[in-house]
Amino acid sequence: MTNLTNLTLAEARDKLAKGEFTAVELTQAHLKAMEAKRALNAFIIETPELALEEAKASDLRRQAGTAGAMDGLPIGIKDLFCTKGVQTTAASHILEGFKPQYESTVSGKLKQAGAVSLGKLNLDEFAMGSSNKTSYFGAVENPWKRTSDPKAKLVPGGSSGGSAAAVAARMVMAATGTDTGGSIRQPAAFCGITGIKPTYGRCSRWGVVAFASSLDQAGPMARSVRDCAIMLGAMAGFDPKDSTSVNMAAPDFEKALTGDIRGLKVGIPREYRPDGLSDEVTQVWERGIEWLKAAGATPVEISLPHTKYALATYYIIAPAECSSNLARYDGLRYGLRVPGKTLDEMYAKTRAAGFGAEVRRRILVGTYVLSAGYYDAYYAKAQKVRRLIAEDFRKAFETVDVILTPTAPTAAFGLDETNDDPVTMWLNDVFTIPTSMAGLPGLSLPAGLSADGLPLGLQLIGRPFDEETVFKVAGVMESAANFTAVPEGV
Amino acid sequence: MAYIIQGETGDWEIVIGLEVHAQVISKAKLFSGAATEFGAEPNTQVSFVDAAMPGMLPVINEICVEQAVRTGLGLRAKINLTSVFARKNYFYADLPQGYQISQFDQPIVGEGELILDLPDGSTRTVGIERLHLEQDAGKSIHDMHPSKSFIDLNRSGVALMEIVSKPDLRSPEEAGLYLTKLRSILRYLGTCDGNMQEGSMRCDANVSVRPVGATELRTRCEIKNVNSIRFVQQAIEYEARRHIDVYESGGTIRQETRLFDSGKCETRSMRSKEHAHDYRYFPDPDLLPLVIEQSFVDGIEAGLPELPDDKKARFMAEYGLNAYDAGVLVAERISADFFETVAKGRDAKIACNWVMGDFFAALNATGKTIENPPVSAADLGALIDLIKDGTLSGRLAKDVFALMVETGKAPAVLVEEKGLRQVTDTGAIEAAIDAVIAANPDKVQQVRDGKTTLLGWFVGQVMKSTQGKANPAMVNEMLSKKVLG
Repeated sequence: MTNLTNLTLAEARDKLAKGEFTAVELTQAHLKAMEAKRALNAFIIETPELALEEAKASDLRRQAGTAGAMDGLPIGIKDLFCTKGVQTTAASHILEGFKPQYESTVSGKLKQAGAVSLGKLNLDEFAMGSSNKTSYFGAVENPWKRTSDPKAKLVPGGSSGGSAAAVAARMVMAATGTDTGGSIRQPAAFCGITGIKPTYGRCSRWGVVAFASSLDQAGPMARSVRDCAIMLGAMAGFDPKDSTSVNMAAPDFEKALTGDIRGLKVGIPREYRPDGLSDEVTQVWERGIEWLKAAGATPVEISLPHTKYALATYYIIAPAECSSNLARYDGLRYGLRVPGKTLDEMYAKTRAAGFGAEVRRRILVGTYVLSAGYYDAYYAKAQKVRRLIAEDFRKAFETVDVILTPTAPTAAFGLDETNDDPVTMWLNDVFTIPTSMAGLPGLSLPAGLSADGLPLGLQLIGRPFDEETVFKVAGVMESAANFTAVPEGV
Repeated sequence: MAYIIQGETGDWEIVIGLEVHAQVISKAKLFSGAATEFGAEPNTQVSFVDAAMPGMLPVINEICVEQAVRTGLGLRAKINLTSVFARKNYFYADLPQGYQISQFDQPIVGEGELILDLPDGSTRTVGIERLHLEQDAGKSIHDMHPSKSFIDLNRSGVALMEIVSKPDLRSPEEAGLYLTKLRSILRYLGTCDGNMQEGSMRCDANVSVRPVGATELRTRCEIKNVNSIRFVQQAIEYEARRHIDVYESGGTIRQETRLFDSGKCETRSMRSKEHAHDYRYFPDPDLLPLVIEQSFVDGIEAGLPELPDDKKARFMAEYGLNAYDAGVLVAERISADFFETVAKGRDAKIACNWVMGDFFAALNATGKTIENPPVSAADLGALIDLIKDGTLSGRLAKDVFALMVETGKAPAVLVEEKGLRQVTDTGAIEAAIDAVIAANPDKVQQVRDGKTTLLGWFVGQVMKSTQGKANPAMVNEMLSKKVLG
């Protein structure tokens, strides 16, 4: 039965349908893996009893012929999604012990589709980070190891680090992630799995703890392009409770995987070759271009001239929004409260104790850039640049159908390679942030291994609401890459 | 008549701008489906959105948008088809989100105007700067525990319209008239109940003074949350005097927010500009710009009721009322409707006199409201009919009206029950006159000698002897003939 954890979602779905095993068996196999890999610290809380109950109910639905699109498939939920009756923390001390009385739209839709949740997955605190080291509940360890130094612990990337590690380590078949500036794609790349940030507005944000509202977007993380397509189908759709969700029916993404990309034009942006980009990453990128050519697509060099401003712009807009979004964590109604003699003292003590250093840093930056006298120079200007970045993409998509870039400038780095400079850490998202700023769909898939045996990812960027083309091209690349490597212990 | 304050150094005038927060009449809050009923048990009308639970998102309530547009149209204002909700960030215990969703540089309603009805019947136009939609905060209750505050979130998220006037008002009286008129328009439109006691209409007054003749604006102070028209006027009066005293003693006024203490009838500093919040406004990323269609606005406009200014003009033209009477009658839609019911098919000026006179006096005397009047419009009309057809004299009608107020009965019923029908039988009146003449031969002589003013005394005696029922016109005429021949 151990091979149950190596199946893809699609395979497990079909085998469950054929009755080759039950949802309970599939869930038990994953619960065992979850226990065995507990040292990775991928979960903030595990909910095995609930999972088994859900699996039993799934088997009953299957017998009754009412099984949904993801019925009986064990997944994990990033602990940024509010889950009814199950602690939801955003990996922050300030929300420790908080049990929502409501279920986020996306996790609710997955439940509705029959998916079985094994627990809540670790992340960077409030999804702010690229290493998963900012979690109050401890860092997550990447299941992959360097061949040169198998003892060194590596980061899984962030902020959806728990999701990526759990999927890569076969603890769950898939997981939800959220992506604000790369939080699905960069950890997917670091952990050798596939993840897509859909178009902004494709998935409801209702019930997802907000970081930066104009950028946050939920998406699936799984071990194949098809699995992402299946899961996104279950997550996506209009939600009247989210004013920014788009009133558009989600297509059958799986149907887009035709394998035929002949005649498609693939943009290769010349601005995505910054100094210090590793040769390995460049090589993987070039290999990717070759695969697409071989499949009948045409690479086209394009220019996205405002790319160089994207990172700076992002680190104005995202902190600005977060400084306001996180104001509600004030110790009054839920979560942590540290008493004080006055209201202001209680606020200060609660928030000082409740938020970690990275969250505090971003709140401070955000408060500053919105302040009187600075707003125009920072926030207003950043919004203008953001429009220019989106305009770059719009123009590019007049001539190309999809854009191919690396996902991250490096492979996963060491957990103990302490980096005191937050800006260097922020550079991890240099390739993913422009897509977020423009609200476009971006998918990362594993394309090869570094010389040190670590996965490297490539990113495909599509037109707004054209996840189908992204999936189609990704499917072809996946076949060409034939990425079969697995992390240690799988 | 300009309102001038005499200082030691010269004459001063006041410059006033008012910001009114009007609670929108709607069943649900601005961005959540929670109910808005006033006076419910604390924290019973609170959704996850209102309590700012993690991951909750606002969704605009279309009814509130409609109400804002309706109000804008009632203020003859520009309706902005695209407006933007912005976050006003500050920490307070009764502000769960840590920000108020409001509108900043792109409000839903732009410039408009409001016409003041001055007591002398003239009018004055005051500019409206803007109207925007925003969320109300909850309530902090500080007097229920020695060291703790209690928070009630029922009001959190309720829709408010902030209506900002231009600094066009020049006296406490005008400020009062502005508020009265605004409240009247809001009530006509059904967009706010205008109840200042319950806090569904609240007023902040921006006050500055300047020497008469000066055109520049001096530093203003904002007096927050004054909860009655009288207090607004008192606060302005106090504040203006304070400014003048400061200037005349060589001081300067600091821009600050002040509170009005209605007990001491004075304002005091709440926070100065240096301690003012930096609200860090920015467009709310949870909400797209609010875009409405011109057809939506047109639909609302087509359904607008006749508003006080138009009604007043019509009352003057159609019923021949003077500006003052028309202004009083149209101030409340219900009193205008009451008047029109009484006036329909009758002499409008008589109807107006009865409504403005005896009827309003009866409201005051009985403490009843026009919603539940002591005499219905139909009964008052019937009373006027009885005068017209000669059943009642004007004097008898006043007696009957008093009985109507007392008993609630219809005038015809009272006339029958009490036998108050006017006597128009010539024989009966003649007999009464003859009796009075016979009893007062000396007075008859005096009249005949030229003291005709005494005729009035004879009329009184005849009326008295007929218990007021004799038709006064007939008594007059017959008396003259009989006495003077």
